[in-house]
Amino acid sequence: MQVKGSTRIVVTVVGKDKVGIIAGVANVLSELNANILDISQTILQDFFTMIMIADIAKCNVDFNTLKTRLEDKGQDIGVKISAQHEDVFQFMHRI
Amino acid sequence: MPISITTEEILETIRMVEAENLDIRTITMGISLRDCAHSDLKVTSRKIYDKVTQTAENLLKVGEQIEAEYGIPIINKRISVTPIAIVAEACEAENYVDLAISLDKAAKEVGVNFIGGFSALVHKGMTKGDEKLIYSLPQSLAQTERVCASVNVATTKAGINMDAVKIMGRIIKETAELTKEENGLGCAKLVVFCNVPEDNPFMAGAFHGIGEPEAVINVGVSGPGVILNVVKNNPDITFGVLASRIKETAFKITRMGELVGKQAARRLGLPFGIVDLSLAPTPAIGDSVADILEAMGLERCGTHGTTAALAMLNDAVKKGGAMASSYVGGLSGAFIPVSEDAGMIRAVEDGALDINKLEAMTCVCSVGLDMIAVPGDTSAATLSAIIADEAAIGMINKKTTAVRIIPVPGKQIGEMVIFGGLLGRAPIMPVNKFSSESFINRGGRIPAPIHALNN
Repeated sequence: MQVKGSTRIVVTVVGKDKVGIIAGVANVLSELNANILDISQTILQDFFTMIMIADIAKCNVDFNTLKTRLEDKGQDIGVKISAQHEDVFQFMHRI
Repeated sequence: MPISITTEEILETIRMVEAENLDIRTITMGISLRDCAHSDLKVTSRKIYDKVTQTAENLLKVGEQIEAEYGIPIINKRISVTPIAIVAEACEAENYVDLAISLDKAAKEVGVNFIGGFSALVHKGMTKGDEKLIYSLPQSLAQTERVCASVNVATTKAGINMDAVKIMGRIIKETAELTKEENGLGCAKLVVFCNVPEDNPFMAGAFHGIGEPEAVINVGVSGPGVILNVVKNNPDITFGVLASRIKETAFKITRMGELVGKQAARRLGLPFGIVDLSLAPTPAIGDSVADILEAMGLERCGTHGTTAALAMLNDAVKKGGAMASSYVGGLSGAFIPVSEDAGMIRAVEDGALDINKLEAMTCVCSVGLDMIAVPGDTSAATLSAIIADEAAIGMINKKTTAVRIIPVPGKQIGEMVIFGGLLGRAPIMPVNKFSSESFINRGGRIPAPIHALNN
């Protein structure tokens, strides 16, 4: 399989459920012009888990800045937010 | 392209990294130094420094970029070079310590924590350069921090060079003595091999083989914690099913290595060499190969059944990993370094694991007697004989084996030495008290084995 530069990222949020998590993350993504493609959420062992897939092709900052902005937002609202390129999941789970 | 990854799969990947210590153990850049040969040692030294620092200039940066983008920790960035004995052969110098110092400086300049390849391949005999390199080892390892050394003393095709085996026993003793302030730490950076692989990314045995390109990226993956959880969560399944589960997991771990290796190679403008799909433990709790063996149902690693458990684990990891990568190489298997594996240390302390059992385990897994601390008064002949035994296992079984042993000056059986960091801590283990002196003193070569009449 060729390593291709996908422009999609996976944003994962884990933490205690509360008001405004999705709004908070969506706000950051919208400010930076990242397009949300899919959202899913589950409650896993009392923990709120949200997974968001976003396209950053037209994002107005580089990936590291986006990642830092999301992590900072996570600290503000008290959850752990991480962002990873989608390739990592494609590569691990699909041939 | 549709979004085809399920929530469960995303969470599985995240769990592996966050909770089970999945990581890329090393991105190792292999660099050929063959064009650095010169009759003047000073010129060679400068050329080595320049080539390493130029070629690896962006290694650290690229590694960190990939780590951030994919969210997969990359623990080490390292460099391996052409065996220095070959590069230095043309030098009119008495020893090569200056070249080790030059490598050390280059490693510090580009920010890698180890540089491997202060090495010689002497399985059939020694050239003048090989000899000078080997006699430079103790000083080189004592005067440098990041340089790793290895000597290949045997192969299946050439047999065992017992003259070299004898010398290496003395070299190990001398290295321990020169680094006694740090518990013989120099010996932790010196590996004696049989059938050494030329593309191994793992230290301390990495070097850039003579069949390799100008420069190359090799990757070593790790993930004992991930495999451990698979075994732990399936206490009642039979071995066939368990092997399948391990294979599936090894596949996923190796895919990470493949991704990171290809990305690193592309960004550095170098060819991608291999993924080494090894289970490399660290002193962190839960990141232990011994724990996996115990989770299979052994009360302690080292008890009867351990060799069978390890054989099954090693083979399942290889089968899963081989499917996941386009190029597999290096050592590829389970590592059993005592000092770097909390479960192994406990097994030794509880009296379940000794050198004899470890030797048996090396018949079925990669590498060999690794990071084993023995009393400081162990004789050079005994160390040589331990090397000879391991080399014999490798030679007959057509596999890589190695010895990385530390006779810790001033320490006795039962004491604990602390090396720190990834090298961990090691209990001093007993060796056989009977002498091997006359055996080692014979010298010469043990002939290559016949491989038609296998029994």
